[in-house]
Amino acid sequence: MSVNQVSVFLENKPGTLNKMTEVLASHNINIRALSLAETSEFGIVRMLVNDVFEATNILKENNFVATLTSVLAYTIEDKAGYLNNLLEKFSEANVNIEYMYAFAGKEHAYMIFRVNDTKKAEALLKSKGLKSLTQEEIAAV
Amino acid sequence: MGNYFQEEIECAPIEKIKALQDELLPKQVRYVWENVPYYRKKMEAHGVTPKDIKSTADLYKLPFMSKADLRDAYPYGLLAVPLKDCVRIHSTSGTTGKRVIIFYTQEDIDLWNDCTARAIVAAGGTKEDVCQVAYGYGLFTGGAGLDGGSHKVGCLTVPMSSGNTERQIMFIMDLQATIICCTPSYAAYIGETFKEMGYKPEDIPLKAGIFGAEAWSEEMRHDIEKTLGIKAYDIYGLTEISGPGVAFECSEQKGMHINEDHFLAEIIDPDTGEVLPEGTQGELVFTALDKKAFPLIRYRTRDICTLTREKCSCGRTHVRMTKPKGRSDDMLIIRGVNVFPSQIETVLMNNGYAANYQIIVGRVNNTDTFEVKVEMTPDMFTDNVGEVQARRKVLEDGLRAMLGIKAKVTLVAPKSITRSEGKAVRVIDTRKI
Repeated sequence: MSVNQVSVFLENKPGTLNKMTEVLASHNINIRALSLAETSEFGIVRMLVNDVFEATNILKENNFVATLTSVLAYTIEDKAGYLNNLLEKFSEANVNIEYMYAFAGKEHAYMIFRVNDTKKAEALLKSKGLKSLTQEEIAAV
Repeated sequence: MGNYFQEEIECAPIEKIKALQDELLPKQVRYVWENVPYYRKKMEAHGVTPKDIKSTADLYKLPFMSKADLRDAYPYGLLAVPLKDCVRIHSTSGTTGKRVIIFYTQEDIDLWNDCTARAIVAAGGTKEDVCQVAYGYGLFTGGAGLDGGSHKVGCLTVPMSSGNTERQIMFIMDLQATIICCTPSYAAYIGETFKEMGYKPEDIPLKAGIFGAEAWSEEMRHDIEKTLGIKAYDIYGLTEISGPGVAFECSEQKGMHINEDHFLAEIIDPDTGEVLPEGTQGELVFTALDKKAFPLIRYRTRDICTLTREKCSCGRTHVRMTKPKGRSDDMLIIRGVNVFPSQIETVLMNNGYAANYQIIVGRVNNTDTFEVKVEMTPDMFTDNVGEVQARRKVLEDGLRAMLGIKAKVTLVAPKSITRSEGKAVRVIDTRKI
């Protein structure tokens, strides 16, 4: 199962990221993981939050461009070599990664992957013995 | 003071010029009435016929023409001669992206070349000179206009066109060019490049420059004159009326003499259309008195300026116009190119964006900067940086194709474009002109 990520467009100037976190904070949205891609003029925030629909709605109401993107999330052990094991499966399945980021939970670490064709990649990786996390599972960690 | 190309007409007594205009105007009005159905209809709708036009005193009775007429009649609707009598076209951008095409007979080209020849001679040009034309050649009238004038004067003409600055400099030095014709911003750029290459003004053979097609300030004139070691002359024109050379500066540099034997000038109130007395600032309107292929009558230039008949010590008697102080429409001139905000709107709409944008024009090192801010929309947004950049590039390419010049597109947050009283501020022009 894929997971919904909130992607937000931000201008690359002081205060814009803070304006976004302010909106989320005021609606009690908890950010679980966040990554930021930037160019000299704009940035794209990608994040996992506890309530994706509420988060996108309030961001839109506050004049942000925010969309939902399907990403794949996998658990890895918080130990040396586990990311390598995971990526070997991606290589074997010939899945190209557009971007990825990580966050650590209480017991495990989690990797988030954006791939070209989420459904196809998920099936291929499943055949290699990798099970992706569901929205509920991610929310519970 | 004897720098004239056609002294008998350039320095003719005012009465003689008036008499010539009084004779040409009724003839020209009859000519368009008989040859251009579009005009006839327009005049009929206005309740005026050629019989009503006996002299220039009756000019006010005629309807105005504007860029919208040129668009409506595109491409052949205002042509007064059979196509086989035309020898050339030039073109300029229109208000909604459709270009305006102007046709010329050989006679039209000849009279236009006379006008640019007058400008070159007024700037001190003779057949001894090497005249480098660094205006763009092509549909734009700059290159062809000055090229033709330079031939008439008998200068050795160097048809460089614009761009490739190091090659420009190589030709200036190797051929010892004495006159350069281009946009003022390009002249400034050439000057900077000379400096970077280690040349001092006294090393540069140029003595005069004829610069036009965009607005420039007195400060810019001094800068260019200093870095190139030349005297810089202004030239005015518009493709619809022929091209550069409708008016030109003499050595006095106190306004530009309008070639009144060919072009009849009026100043009107842009709101009411009422003709304003001499010396009042208003919109410049031209009537081409003897053009054959594309004879415009009372064409609204949208340029705001003032006319004066005060005696000029250069000896020329033709009326002088000030540099245009602004526009009565929203047209911008950026790097010598006409840009209408509506054209930018068209490109945005064609690419699926809302027409919410802001044009920011500035000037850095005497060159215009041109940025278009576009508000991001959910439809255009993806989480992929490369994809967003690619979409931005599509807009830049679209603008370039529409306008012919490069604009930098910046994507901004929704609703971030300044709105005053609910109306978005579409243009921010920080150039000091």
